[in-house]
Amino acid sequence: MIHFVVHDEADSVGVVVVEGVKSGQELTGWIMDQDKEIKVQAKNDIPIGHKLAIRELKADATVIKYSTDIGRAVAPIRVGEHAHIHNIKTKRW
Amino acid sequence: MALDLKNATFHGYRRENGRVGVRNHVVILPVDDLSNAACEAVANNIKGTLAIPHPYGRLQFGADLELHFRTLIGTGSNPNVAAVVVIGIEDGWAKRVADGIGKTGKPVSFFGIEGYGDMETIRRASQKAKEYMHWASELRREERPLKELWVSTKCGESDTTSGIGSNPCVGNAFDKLYAQGVTLVFGETTELTGGEQLVAARCRTPQVRERFMAMFNRYQEVVNRHKTGDLMDSQPTKGNIAGGLTTIEEKALGNIQKIGKKCMVDGVLDKAEVPSGPGLWFMDSSSAAAEMVTLCAASGYVVHFFPTGQCNVIGNPILPVIKLCANPRTVRLMAEHLDVDVSGITRREINMDQAGDKLLEMMFRTANGRLTAAEALGHREFVLTRLYESA
Repeated sequence: MIHFVVHDEADSVGVVVVEGVKSGQELTGWIMDQDKEIKVQAKNDIPIGHKLAIRELKADATVIKYSTDIGRAVAPIRVGEHAHIHNIKTKRW
Repeated sequence: MALDLKNATFHGYRRENGRVGVRNHVVILPVDDLSNAACEAVANNIKGTLAIPHPYGRLQFGADLELHFRTLIGTGSNPNVAAVVVIGIEDGWAKRVADGIGKTGKPVSFFGIEGYGDMETIRRASQKAKEYMHWASELRREERPLKELWVSTKCGESDTTSGIGSNPCVGNAFDKLYAQGVTLVFGETTELTGGEQLVAARCRTPQVRERFMAMFNRYQEVVNRHKTGDLMDSQPTKGNIAGGLTTIEEKALGNIQKIGKKCMVDGVLDKAEVPSGPGLWFMDSSSAAAEMVTLCAASGYVVHFFPTGQCNVIGNPILPVIKLCANPRTVRLMAEHLDVDVSGITRREINMDQAGDKLLEMMFRTANGRLTAAEALGHREFVLTRLYESA
């Protein structure tokens, strides 16, 4: 069963695509572009559609999705942690 | 089995100017806010006609007024419309709109309220509307080649599943339609922010690229001039954020999936401008759903693909809006608003090629007469884009 989807293996985040992901749960991810699977342990409860980090991000690091810059981390983000507006901000506007 | 698009046809209404529509509306079109009441009364009198009220048309000037006229004339000229009754507070601008629509060769009449009052105007306009309705109701669909179908796209209340499933599904369908010489459009200028370089790279010629970037940069200046923060809750919207989208860049990269992997951007359009040939066009436009879809209708598009994540419930009075979604939670909660469920993509039950075909099948069914969810639910959002204050 696929719990989260990653666009490209260069990405730093994946998207949870099932409801009810709980902290501590062992998750299976599907990397679409390379058609590979990865495992990550969730560090928070994560709603469907929301992101989790699949690699460690330091504060101010660039966040990569679609193998492209989608903004910067404004706090350190650990693997498996919920990644959203509380720890990522736009570089535009 | 994959769809055979090479010999594909649909059944539409061939109009006087050669364009083909998939709906057969008799529209009662107000030039201004003051004429909404009379238009709605006429549409109430003559069953099957459609009034499309809106709040503008007074004391506009310059480019904003030109856009108002272009949008109204484009709406009336759209091949999904068989005939039009135009009503304005006075004759001059009503005639201007009617003359613009009249260039298509379709039946159009105009009425000014001043000097008659609402009730006499409603009586005269109802008589004409009834005549048009009888005439339009006897028009028959005929078989037409796929390339005569004009298809627009704009996404709304996107979430992260839009970029994974529903937007690339549109992209897959667009790639297939592009190969058949269909006339296509996308837009949403600010919603390309963070991915503008990817669109620029897809522009057919350096001239197109230069015009695209000029439109993009102009819109960025508008945002920078008026913003009071980082646009959080507006772009991305509250709904986008609830759905997991974090930044405008992330939203834009999902959005851009709609132009597929093979389409080139053959040209750019101003708002409500009619494209001069087949291919993929970029229209400089707002990313607000009803504004953008209204502009697509005014540019002459007859079927619309609307991928959504959290489910924007938008429709349009004359342009059938086909809604598709890849978010299983939204599919569960909002099914009545959706025409195509592509949530199987994230479960790996269907691949993108199959999802694209599923959307195209619904496109043909819609073109042939199936009402979309938005049509059945009565969504007729007609929203005119304004450029600045009235005088």
